Amino acid sequence: MLEIRNLHVKLEEEDKQILKGVDLTIEPGTVHAIMGPNGSGKSTLSYVLSGRDGYEVTEGSASLEEQDLLSMEPEERAAAGLFLAFQYPVEIPGVGNMTFLRTAVNAQRVARGQDEMSAADFLKLVREKAKDLKIDADMLKRPVNVGFSGGEKKRNEILQMAMLEPKMCILDETDSGLDVDAMKLVSDGVNALRDAGRSFLVITHYQRLLDHIRPDIVHIMANGRIIRTGGPDLALEVETNGYGDLLAEVG
Amino acid sequence: MALPAAKQGALEGRLATLSLPEAGAWGTEARRDALGRLEAMGLPGRRDEYWRFTDPGLLNAAEPAAAAAFENDEAPLFSAVDRLKLVFVDGVFAPEKSDDIALEGLEIERLSESMSRDIHWVREVYGVLEAGAHSPVPRPHAALNTAFASDGICIRATGRVSKPVSLVYLHEDAGSDAILHHVIRVEPGAEMTLLENGPAAARFNKCLEVDVADTGRFNHVRAQGRDHERVAVTHVFAQLGAESTFKSFTMTVNGVMTRNEAVIDLTGPDATAHIAGACLGDGAKAAFHHDDTVFVRHRAENCESRQVFKKVLRNGATGVFQGKILVDQGAQKTDGYQISQSLLLDGDSQFLAKPELEIYADDVKCSHGSTSGAIDETGLFYLRSRGIPEGEATDLMVIAFLAEAIDEIEDRVLAEDVIERLKGWLARRRRS
Ligand SMILES: Nc1ncnc2c1ncn2[C@@H]1O[C@H](COP(=O)(O)OP(=O)(O)O)[C@@H](O)[C@H]1O
Ligand SMILES: [Mg+2]
Repeated sequence: MLEIRNLHVKLEEEDKQILKGVDLTIEPGTVHAIMGPNGSGKSTLSYVLSGRDGYEVTEGSASLEEQDLLSMEPEERAAAGLFLAFQYPVEIPGVGNMTFLRTAVNAQRVARGQDEMSAADFLKLVREKAKDLKIDADMLKRPVNVGFSGGEKKRNEILQMAMLEPKMCILDETDSGLDVDAMKLVSDGVNALRDAGRSFLVITHYQRLLDHIRPDIVHIMANGRIIRTGGPDLALEVETNGYGDLLAEVG
Repeated sequence: MALPAAKQGALEGRLATLSLPEAGAWGTEARRDALGRLEAMGLPGRRDEYWRFTDPGLLNAAEPAAAAAFENDEAPLFSAVDRLKLVFVDGVFAPEKSDDIALEGLEIERLSESMSRDIHWVREVYGVLEAGAHSPVPRPHAALNTAFASDGICIRATGRVSKPVSLVYLHEDAGSDAILHHVIRVEPGAEMTLLENGPAAARFNKCLEVDVADTGRFNHVRAQGRDHERVAVTHVFAQLGAESTFKSFTMTVNGVMTRNEAVIDLTGPDATAHIAGACLGDGAKAAFHHDDTVFVRHRAENCESRQVFKKVLRNGATGVFQGKILVDQGAQKTDGYQISQSLLLDGDSQFLAKPELEIYADDVKCSHGSTSGAIDETGLFYLRSRGIPEGEATDLMVIAFLAEAIDEIEDRVLAEDVIERLKGWLARRRRS
């Protein structure tokens, strides 16, 4: 599904290398987790994959189902099936959440050569998905993320994911700032989307999200590299011992 | 007092091609008085503080610059609205293209008819609001309009009017130079909506005087014509009685030069005045210069005024906002708000703003703000990351930016019509 090879990334404006050779292969239908200390480059990796400006790839490659991601526009990557749930979802004053969702769904359908969804079908679908995430009519009407609480923003990300049905979902610290109930809603939302054709990359600090969304493979990232890869137990190890030992191992 | 030579020269040049229309009855006097005011003021020049950001050259010129009518196959704005339609072609009323002038709750006449009868309500308004609006700054093109207007509509609303009166300005002749002057009185308890759209002429000078009596309500939605080369100077003069309401919204796309002035006088307590504008300017096909110059005066207690002006500019387009709130000594409890903002889509475009507050009462709430900025890149990326192409995402953010101004249109159907129009304009620009 996702194939990252020796990815090196620096900031465009500064001489600062952030990713220093990331290798990652995600098979269809699997859930991978990336853990790691703050500042290790996890968000940078997710932004570079989704095409945000400000970063320069100096070496390496990234592809989604054999398509070269790095040469595509952000909207093309989305239409190809990539989705990033933002660590900090963006507020867009003046653009209604519903308008935003419908425009996005239809833009992707058009890009894939499908017909636009009728207003009635869309409404039915969005109501159904929103209900599962306990997103009320008011939240759908309000401008995108404006005045949303931290938890509402994260649930709104999952709603977008549910509506867009991407193949490769990256969740960047979707658990941060969530209380227990919201965490349950969000992970149920993610788990409902799990299937053989869809993969997940879950970036998190904490084991607790991984109790709900059980990963197949766990990676530890530090200082712009993946320094360890293992099974779900690796997350437990980090939870009990912290990153200290792991970082010491790689020096 | 003699005029400076430059002003005198400009005035003589402009007047050379004009002659006072036959008016009959009181009209002749009203026109002569206006000409007198004009001769005392002269025409504006770049040296005048009030014209610092806008070159009045195209307005002052003896002849209009040629402007082609813009051909398009789109249904005009307000087509789907149930309305009383009155059509002007190059500034001349065209009865054969218009609906019958009859609507319950309204008295409607052409200006020439109103001027021909000695006792007439129009006499108390025509040129009267204009004459009172030259201080602290003169507005010569309004006086010129009062003197030389060749046509216009006079409307008196006496009750609640069931549908809007819609003035449609068609432009056919590439060299037309139109001067229209409309007069409106909204009687106590009456309510009406005025719609205006269309380019009108190669050069268009339009004056609208609105006298809203106590408890009257006046709504105004206009869309200025989108002929690229057209030139326009417009004035709205409004006088508001106690507990009256005045709401005016203007949408502008295209036009080499547009100067919209508004002078709103809140004369009775508890009156409300909202004036708003949404402008999309693109200097690619022809120059684009758009100027909103607004003066709101609070003379009475407990009135509310709002000015909301938004401009989106690109490809060398220029936007100007000069807005002032003046609060008289006795106008306690005034609530005045003014915002002017521009969204600059590139580095070539510019927004020039001069917001002013002048307050002589001590118990008031007044605020103003002016900003100029580029599109929010983070927001744009967020939209694109959801699959929305860059152009469409930009358009969404442009419409969102204009929303606060468009929200000033009370009627949702009219507001939607305006939004669809703006979206269409943006989409066409994207394709071309
Ligand atoms: N746009 C940027 N400007 C400046 N520094 C950045 C930018 N993006 C990332 N960084 C820096 O890159 C490093 C990695 O950041 P980030 O990817 O956010 O880490 P993580 O998500 O693992 O906490 C940090 O040192 C951060 O300060
Ligand atoms: Mg991060």
